[in-house]
Formats: sequence, structure tokens, C-alpha cells
Amino acid sequence: MIDTGIGSPAAIFGILLSAITVSALLIWVERKLLAVWQDRIGPNRVGPFGLLQVAADMIKMFFKEDWIPPFADKPVFVLAPVIVFATMLSGFAVIPFAPDVGVVDLNFGLLYFLALSSLSVYSMILAGYASNNKYAILGGLRAAAQTISYEVFMGISVMGVVMLSGSFNLRQIVEAQRDGWFIAPQFLGFCVFLVAAIAESRRAPLDLPEAEQELVAGFHTEYSGMKFGMFFVGEYLGVTLSSALIVTLFFGGWLGPWLPPLLWFCLKTGICIAFFILVRGSLPRPRYDQLMAFGWKILLPAALFNLLATGAIALTVARI
Amino acid sequence: MNTIDIDIDGLAYRVKSGVSLLTACQTLGLDLPYFCWHPALGSVGACRQCAVIQYRDAADSLGRLTMACMTPVTDGMRVSIAAEQAQRFRGVNIELLMTNHPHDCPVCEEGGECHLQDMTLLSGHTRRRYRGLKRTHKNQYLGPFLNHEMNRCIACYRCVRFYADYAGGSDLQVLGMHHNVYFGRFEDGALENEFSGNLAEVCPTGVFTDKTFSAHYARKWDLQTAPSVCVHCGLGCNISPGERYGRLRRVVNRYHGDINGYFLCDRGRFGYDFVNSPERIRTPRLDNHAEIAADAAQQRFRAMLNGHLPAIGIGSPRASLETNFALRSLVGAENFYAGLDGGEQAMLETIRDLLADGGVHTPSLREVEQADAVLILGEDPVNTAPRLGLALRQTVRNAAFRRAGELGLPPWRDAAVRELEKQHRSPLFIASICPTRLDDVAGRCYRASPQDIARLGFAVAHCLDGQAPSPAGLDAAQQALAAEIAAALRQAARPLIVSGTGCGELAAIQAAYNVARALRPNGGQLVFSVPESNSLGLTMMAGKPLQQAFRRVAEHTAGCVIIVENDLYRRAPAQAVDAFLQQAAQVVVIDCLPHQTAARAGLLLPAATYAESAGTLVNNEGRAQRYFPVYPPPEPVRGAWQWLLAAMDNSDCRHFDDLTAACAQAFPALAGIVAAAPDAAFRVDAMKIPRQPPRYSGRTAMLADLKVSEPRQAQDAETALAFSMEGASVGIPAALQPVFWTPGWNSAQAVNRFQAEIGGHLSGGDGGIRLFEAAGEGAWFTQIPDAFRPEPGLWRVLPPPLHIFGGEELSLHAPALAERAPPPGVLLNPADAETLAVASGEWLVIASADGALSRCLPVKIEPTLACGLLVAAGLPDCIALAWAGPVTLQKGDRP
Amino acid sequence: MLSLLRTLWEVCKHTLVKADTVQYPEQKPALSPRYRGRIVLTRDPDGEERCVACNLCAAACPVDCIALQKAEDESGRWYPAFFRINFSRCIMCGFCEEACPTYAIQLTPDFEMCEYDRQNMVYEKEHLLIDGTGKHHDYNFYRVAGMSIAGKDKGQAENEAPPVDVKTLLP
Repeated sequence: MIDTGIGSPAAIFGILLSAITVSALLIWVERKLLAVWQDRIGPNRVGPFGLLQVAADMIKMFFKEDWIPPFADKPVFVLAPVIVFATMLSGFAVIPFAPDVGVVDLNFGLLYFLALSSLSVYSMILAGYASNNKYAILGGLRAAAQTISYEVFMGISVMGVVMLSGSFNLRQIVEAQRDGWFIAPQFLGFCVFLVAAIAESRRAPLDLPEAEQELVAGFHTEYSGMKFGMFFVGEYLGVTLSSALIVTLFFGGWLGPWLPPLLWFCLKTGICIAFFILVRGSLPRPRYDQLMAFGWKILLPAALFNLLATGAIALTVARI
Repeated sequence: MNTIDIDIDGLAYRVKSGVSLLTACQTLGLDLPYFCWHPALGSVGACRQCAVIQYRDAADSLGRLTMACMTPVTDGMRVSIAAEQAQRFRGVNIELLMTNHPHDCPVCEEGGECHLQDMTLLSGHTRRRYRGLKRTHKNQYLGPFLNHEMNRCIACYRCVRFYADYAGGSDLQVLGMHHNVYFGRFEDGALENEFSGNLAEVCPTGVFTDKTFSAHYARKWDLQTAPSVCVHCGLGCNISPGERYGRLRRVVNRYHGDINGYFLCDRGRFGYDFVNSPERIRTPRLDNHAEIAADAAQQRFRAMLNGHLPAIGIGSPRASLETNFALRSLVGAENFYAGLDGGEQAMLETIRDLLADGGVHTPSLREVEQADAVLILGEDPVNTAPRLGLALRQTVRNAAFRRAGELGLPPWRDAAVRELEKQHRSPLFIASICPTRLDDVAGRCYRASPQDIARLGFAVAHCLDGQAPSPAGLDAAQQALAAEIAAALRQAARPLIVSGTGCGELAAIQAAYNVARALRPNGGQLVFSVPESNSLGLTMMAGKPLQQAFRRVAEHTAGCVIIVENDLYRRAPAQAVDAFLQQAAQVVVIDCLPHQTAARAGLLLPAATYAESAGTLVNNEGRAQRYFPVYPPPEPVRGAWQWLLAAMDNSDCRHFDDLTAACAQAFPALAGIVAAAPDAAFRVDAMKIPRQPPRYSGRTAMLADLKVSEPRQAQDAETALAFSMEGASVGIPAALQPVFWTPGWNSAQAVNRFQAEIGGHLSGGDGGIRLFEAAGEGAWFTQIPDAFRPEPGLWRVLPPPLHIFGGEELSLHAPALAERAPPPGVLLNPADAETLAVASGEWLVIASADGALSRCLPVKIEPTLACGLLVAAGLPDCIALAWAGPVTLQKGDRP
Repeated sequence: MLSLLRTLWEVCKHTLVKADTVQYPEQKPALSPRYRGRIVLTRDPDGEERCVACNLCAAACPVDCIALQKAEDESGRWYPAFFRINFSRCIMCGFCEEACPTYAIQLTPDFEMCEYDRQNMVYEKEHLLIDGTGKHHDYNFYRVAGMSIAGKDKGQAENEAPPVDVKTLLP
């Protein structure tokens, strides 16, 4: 039986809009943060603190020629960026922002998230295929292999959380952390999930599908204008979504003293996003074979061990 | 060719025997520095730069220092260039040479193509240690051709060895003593020798530099060059003209193994400035004043051709085959006139027939140098064909070379062979009207009228072969001289007869042929000099003489007259030309420089010079060679052939190569000209051949003052060369090689790297193609002229000798050359002068018998000139005298 | 693995480091005298043009943006008849300055030479020539070279002996 609690249309609209806005703003945030860490100033010319840089970028993107290469598979070429944008945006449906803020409350929320994040890979594959370009198809292939591989560990790594909370419902998982965040008992699971989340959102240093130095821009080599913009925003949506989920699963979601729950959630998510950016600004990209070897030879055993150990401990604790 | 094996730095090489080790190393392309050695001058071992270590045998590890230029290669010899001692020796040596060398490179014209710079770098001496006082010298004024900067001298003696020993000059000496030697003249003044310009290339540093080049200087790496052929005489020496910023900057020698070798004459080297002349015709003009646009001119030209009477075309011996052929195609073969005076045309046609069917070999200049007995009939080669004169000067050395061979001395041991020359000289006989510049090495000189010169030739032929006709009425002295000459020629292994159009006497040419024919069993050779760059080529096109064109117009059977690159006033009497131009319906002149004919043109079209257009020329030995545009002509100047092609309605020819091919097809004798140079489709590794050196500078700034956006490089659809730095750098055929340069060898000496053998032919063969080889039998000429008898009171005017400076039409527009042109005047025998009571320097009124012409000119007494002859010298005022017939003389006053 | 964490930490430490950015154009950067900016032609200590039109700068220029023509005054001194730099091509590499044997061509710390009309980027000699000696105050090429010019005859340069009298017989 599916137990759903759908929020008000206004709430849904507000949440999705703010998700997109936050993602767009992330462009500015990322540039600013990278500048801070690189001893620079970053965008500071458009608007106060360069905040309107995003608007400037948007305007630029809107007015760029909406170009479809003549050799491309046109319908698929157009469809591909929509998929990533749509799947990432739909992912926000299950995020419990606060006790009474959210789009929908699914009892299989976690599975829903996993399913959607897997779906987004179609976008890369189709983009790579439709571009009819060797760099793009290589990027698409990499994206497929990478996403499918890391999907496995991601799924397994969160099973510890599910065992401890006894639910797939994200709100119940948050509630289960009132006595302590799952980061402590599920540290190994958290590590695996973090790496997998970076890989799933194809962020540096695991941005092999679009590795500039090798593949020009990977699957979106041929994209420009708003279609490129959708990939771009899709990526930031992915970052935000992953961060939100990490907070939900391991950092107690909205839980926290003194401050309102929504603020707590946003604060935690923000820090998580900043961490994503820090990783991008610091770490070099591995080779593709290293990425796959790391996934299958280290992360998979680690996730399985985590699953077994959590299960054993949970059973032991339950027997006592 | 005997080859032997030698070992250099542990590597085995096979080299030609009999050469010096330095020559062998240069042939092999090994970097061994040198200064005093020159392939054409031999070895003297003075500069100590080519030191190598020579080992006794395989076991010897010590070796001894030896000078490669003075060491003959021997079988199995083992030497080292790279040995540490040899390198140090060379390095120290050059450091010593450099102690007194000034800090001048930035302000030295030689910089960038300096042998001293190259060798200094090659020896590794890159930092001066000497801090003491430097020796200095005062400079001299050496005339309009050369700059003198004695401070730079490294005392290699090449200049005097070339100037005095090789070219026979007497006014450049080594003065002073010990380390203060000075290379210069006894006093300031122009260098007299006709080959002085070569000092700029012979000098390994910047003591002698090209003064005309310095006046509009550009570094060698900035010059755009194209392979070209000198147009200032009939020999076809190969040259490299260099351009910068749309002006022709200089001409340097372009080595050709068969023709000019390493040297050019001063007319060829300094005559180029006519291209930059401010008088150049640069726009089409109507009636010599109104300038019109190129398109309008083209339309008017077409309209003129469409008259009801056929147009006639007058070609030119200084225009290329293509231009003449385009004219011939435009007007039709029956309306094509060669533009030569009948007498000159008859001489040239005789020469052409003798080259083709005379059965006597016509030597190249390289072969000329090897002749061991020479008879010159009526020519003054140093003036009419200067480079031939230099080659003939070398022939007298052959006896010394033979003697050296008998003594076991290699021919490149210069000092020793020069010593032998004092006793052993090959015979050189000169029969001429006036003294020539070769008299100092001649065995016997004979001065007479052209007829008597021819008669001497016939007599020599008769002495050699009884079947040859004999002239009647020779005096004893002439008989004895003929016998002496015949004996010397008969003894020779490679006798050579030289004649040509110089004395204006057909019989002299015929007599020369008789002598050569008589000498055929002895390997007799015959070389003719022809006056202009394409005289022979034009003659091969079967054009009719100029006088017939005059008749056509007089008879009103011709409409428009098209005159291409020809000043008719140099070809025919002024009255005749005046009448001709007056009667002609319309006169179209296509030329590059203004002259009297151009001044009377109804339509004057600006023609490109040899530096701006392509063309094929046939030289005096029947060798077709092609010159290529160095830079695109400035609009609306076009190649004469382009004006003519554009006027044709239905021609298959659209490009230069089409024209060449059509010309070759039309004349079987010219069939070979297509192969004179590769065509426009030719590529080296799919690349065109660049005219600009790899280090060509300033491309993005040279035109920026006009417009900052750079225009596209000019495209060259007509040739395989490109106006660019990009393209093939190696494997270029000699006919397309713009300039000789190889990394590390920036001076003219780089040619070493392009020769199959040092001093020999270029790798892959020299450019151009010989159209004739000795064939046929040929008959004796039997028409012997009568001896010249002076008529009392009347003098015969001889054609002005084509003086090297000023004797040629185009080069006279070069200011430096004009400065050296002789002043106008006449030569007269002392006896005649006594009769007329004139002394040298006084003035003489010359009037033709019919009263049509009268001139007043200063007189010069020439003791050897025959009685009854008057030789006009100096130009251009004296040309008119050539057509005057017998003249009366009278003492006059300076006008 | 630890090195990755260390890297993260090292980068994170930069959060509180002051930015190196100079807020040009509000804030002008401090440029050293050796900064490679706008090119000038200098004069020697006697106030004469230093350039002798040797063409070495043009040859060294990797973008071929220098064009000049040698001329000579009555006394034999070489100078450029025109000297043109197309600054729209110049990459301020300083090779010309290194190649110059007379210290004539020098780069200055002025880089603000933007123009709306590209044609104004073409500088002729009158735009390039300054009245000073630039970075090298004492050097005068003609005091070292062997060529004679006005006011300096043969043998009067540094370290030069008087001209040889070729007619002397003294050893």
C-alpha cells in the first residue's frame, strides 16, 4: 500500500521553484567559493557581490542561438537535457525539508530517489548518442558505466540506514535520528554514499563523462544555449538533491535545537553543498579505470561489509 | 672520375681524387671553416682556418695539424675535423682574427650574410676576450659601386686574388706592411675593373659592400627573391634579384655551373636599378600625356586592333620569347616583324643557322674557360658580353695548368700555378677595331677595320685547311700573322674562336665559322656574342626585318602598329623612324621605360620588367632559361605578354605556361623551351617554392600604415613560386632555386651545399636547357670582303661599341651605372687627327655626306685605330651616328 | 587516501587567506621597470637616435610586427627612415629588446594602450621615439663601433688605435 501525503499546490510550487533558484544561485556560490579557496575574489561586477552574475548568465544563455547540429538526431537531442532536468527536479518530491514542508511523503521515498537518480543516466546516454559526435558518445558511454556502477554501492550503502530506522520513508528516517545522527553508526556507509553521490552527480573530481582535457565536454559537447543550460542546472539540481539526501540520511535532516527545522535543514544542506564544491576545488580527477577499480574493488566490499556489520549489530542489539 | 676512400672522424667517405681535402669536405657537406680559399681562386693556405688533424695510419693517435686546403686527398687518408686540438686551433685563430674586427655588425651591410659571422659561430668563438686597442684604417672612395670599410678586414687576400689575379684588374693592391696591410687603391677613385662588384661576394666580411644596395638597404633575410636571368647582355647569367617594400634592392650572383659560375659583371650586378627608375612608365597613357585607367586602355587597345587594315607587330630582342610570341599570335605571323635592323638580323640569322647546322660545338662559358688557344675576331668581349671576357681571361692560364700537371702540381695550388703563368701562357689572339680589355693577356693583337679582321679570319682558315677560300691581296705581315695564329690553333687541344655582332660585320662571323670548321678535326669550338638578352630567341621566331615594316606602313597596307619593348630609334635612322611613326595609323607602345619611340605612342601601356614578370630567354649559346617575377608588378603595370593576351579575342592561351607551350609548338627549334624550367603546376612535396626566406620579417607591419588589416598574400598563378615564406625548403630544382641558403651558411658561400661537386654543376643539374647541339655539316663561306680603303676626306663611322657601362639600353637608367658610362666622344687615328689638325680633347664637327646629320663631339686619339675609321663612343647621343654612312670631319668649337 | 584529505584541508585553509586579486582599473598594479609593455625607441646620452636600423628586432619578432627601413646621413650614421610597430599584433614578448645591439628599443611598464580604432595601434617612429635613454643611461653604440660618424672619426672610438698610415716604412 502506498502511503502518500501530498502537500498543497502552493507548497509544491514553492519548493520546486526554490530548488531551481537555489540551483541557479549555486553557479554564483560555486564561483565565489572557488575564488575564496583560490585566493581570488570571484564574480563581483554584476550587482552587489556579483550576485546578478547568475541573471547575466541566464540572459546570455537565453539569447544564444538555439543550435542543433545538422548531423544530430533531432528529437532525441532535444529530449536529452529535459530528462536530466525533469528527473532531478522530481527527486525533490520526497525530500523532507521540515516536519510539515515537503511535496509528497512516500513510504518508499528512498527507493524513489534511487530510481530517479538512475533514470537521469538516460539523459547522458541519449545526449551522447544524439550528438553523433565521437567525444559525446564516449562521454555518454562513460556516464552510463559510471552511473550504473555507483548506483549499486549507493543503494547498498544506505541499507544500513534503512535497517537502523526500519523504514524507507525519509521522514521516518529523520525521526529515527532524534537520538543521534546516523553519521556515527553508519560512518562507513556515509563515506560510500558520499563518493557515490559525487559520482552520480558527475561532479569533479569524478566528472569523467565530460572530462574537458580528454573529451572536449563529453556528452554535452554539441549543446549550447538553453539546452546546455538545462544540463548545467540539472547538474546543480543533482548536487542540491544529493546534499539534501545526505543531510536527511546521515545528519538528522531538520533536527536541531533552537532554530526552526527548515533553517536547520537548509543550513546543513548548504554546508554539504560547500563540501561538494571544496572537493571539486581540491582533488584531481582519477583515470577512468581507476574510478571503476575503486568502485568495484573498494566501495563494493566496503558497502557490503557495512551492510553485514550493521545487520549483525542490529540483530545482536535486538536480541539483547 | 677516379674516386678514393678517406676517413674523416672515423667515418668512411668516398671522394674524387685530385682535389684538396677542404674541397672534399665541402663537397661532403662537412662544416669546416675557411676564409682564404675560394673554389674559383684555389688554395693559398693563408688564413689557417681549415686546420684538421691528419693521422699517419690507423694506429696513430697523436696526428699532426695540417691545413685542409693545402692537403691533397690520398687514398686511405685518415683525418679529423672534430679533434679537440684542431677545434681549439681554429677557435684561437679566429679569435685572433677578430681582435681588430670592429663592433660593426649592426651597421654593416654584410651582417646576416657574412662569411666571417658564419665561421666565427662555427668555430665556437662567441665572446670577445681581447680588451686592447683595435687597429683602424681610413676608407677610400671606390666609385659608385662599392663601399669600402677597411676596419673590417681580416687580411685573407681574397679581394686582390680575385681582382688582380682572376679578373686582371690593376688598381686594387695590397698596401702597407706586416699587420698593417691595406687593401685598396693607390688613391681614391672608382675601381676600374668591370668585375669589381664581385668583391662584395668574394670578401668574406664587410670591407667591400654593394653601395647601390646600401642606398636602399635590406637584410638578406628580408629580401624576397626569385630565380632570374640577367637581361643586360646575351649571355644569360643567372641572378638572384631581391625585393623589399615593392622596390628591387639588389642583384647577386646565382650560381650556374655552365654559365656564370661564381661571378657576375658590374653591368649585370648594378644595372638592376632601372627597375626602380622614377621615369618608369607606370600608367597607361594616351598621346604621351593623358593617363587613363587600365581597363580603358585595354578597351582602346582592342578598338585600335579592329581597324580595317591589319595591325602589325614589332617585337624586341630584349623581350622574352613569350612576349614576342604573344605579339606574333595577336597580329599573325605575316604581320610580325622582329624589330631588328636588317644588317643585325642577317648577322643573327647567320649565327642561328651556324649554331643549328654548322656542325661546330658552341661551348658554354665553363667550356670556354678550358680552351687552350683562342682567336677573337672583331669582338670586345669585356664590353659586349662581359662575363665571356672574364672566361676568356682564364683561358690563358691553361698552359700553366698543363705544365703544373706535368710537374705533379694540383691545379688548385694557386700560388704555384700563378708562378708558372709567367712562363706558360695559352695563346690568345685578338683581332679588333679598338684596344680591348683583354689585351694585357693577349699573345698578339691585330687592329684593323671590320673587313680586314674578317679577311684575317679567312686567311687563318685557309692556313688551317687548304679547302677554305683564301682572301686575295693580303700583305706579308697579315699572311705571317695568319700563319702564326693557325699554327697556335692547330697545336691546341681545345681551340676556340670567338666572334659576334660586336663589330657589325657579317663577314667576321663567317670568317670565324670558316676557322672553326677548319679546326673541326682538332676539336675546334666557336662562340658568338649577341647583343641583347633574347637576340637569338627572337631570331628563331622568323620575324621580318624592321625595314619591311617601314615599307608596309609607307604602302598603307598596315593599320595599327604595336611596338613591344623596343626603341626603334636604336634600330634605324631617325628620319626613317620618324616617317614610320608619322605614317602609322595608330601607334601602341608597350614598354617599361620612356624613350623616343614611347614618346610618340598614341597609346602607351606600362610593361613589367624582368623583376615583375616571367619570361624565357635564349642566350648566345642557344640555352633557353626562364626568369620569374620577384614581386607582383604594381597595378596597372603588367607583363607585356599579359597586355597582348588580354587583347586577343579567341586565344587558348590564358596563362604564361600556355604561351610557352604554344610557342614551343609553333617553332620546332624552340620545342625545348617548355623544359627550361618547371611549370606552374610543379610542386615539391605538394608545396610551392617560397620566394621569402624563413626569417622574412615585418609581414604584419609593412603595410600597416595603409591599413591595419593585413591584405592576403599576393597569389602567383603563373609560376610554381609563391610570394610567401611557406613552402618547400629542400629538393628545389636549380631553375626554381631563388637564393642559396642553408642553416649556418648565410653568406654566398652557401652554394657549396647545393653543388654536386664544389665548383661543378648544381645538384640535380643546372637550370635551363640547350636548344642546339652541334649538328650538320655546314659549308665554307666564300664571300670574302675587300680590304678597307679609306677615301680621302671621308670617314667611315663604326657602330658605337657596346660599352659595358651605358652600352645597353636598360642598365643606362641605373644611376650608378650611368655614372660610370664613358663621356660622348669619337676615337680617331693620330694620322687622321694630324690631317684635321685636332688634338685629343678638342672638338670635331661630324656631318654625314647627305647632310642629314651633324654633331659636334670631343675627339680622342687612339694610336692603334686604323686610318679612315671613326669610332663613336659614349651614349646615347652617338647612336644616330651609326646610321650616318660616310661622314666628313672638320675641327669645331665646343658648343 | 590521507593525501586526499590533506589536500582538502590545505585548500580549506585558504578560506581566510586574503585574495591576491588587484581590482584593476580602480586599483593600479605596481609594475617593475622591467615590465614588458609599450615599446619605445630611446636616444643615446648625446641625444641622438640610438636605433641604427640593423633590423635585428624585426628579425627576432615572432609576430613580425616591426618594419623599418635603413637610411644613412651624410656622415655615414645609420638611422631608420621609418620605424613602424603594429601594436595590434605585438605580444610584448620583449625579444626585440633582447635582440637590440644598441639598447635603442625598450619595453616600458605601460600596457594601457587600448583603442576603439585598430588603426591607432600602428605606431610610427615619431610615436615611438622618446627623449631619454630609457633603462640604459650610458651606452652609446657609435662610441664602440668602428664606423666613423659626424664628430667621431676613425680611431676615435673606445679602445681604438689611431688609423694606420699605410705609407710608413717604420716597423
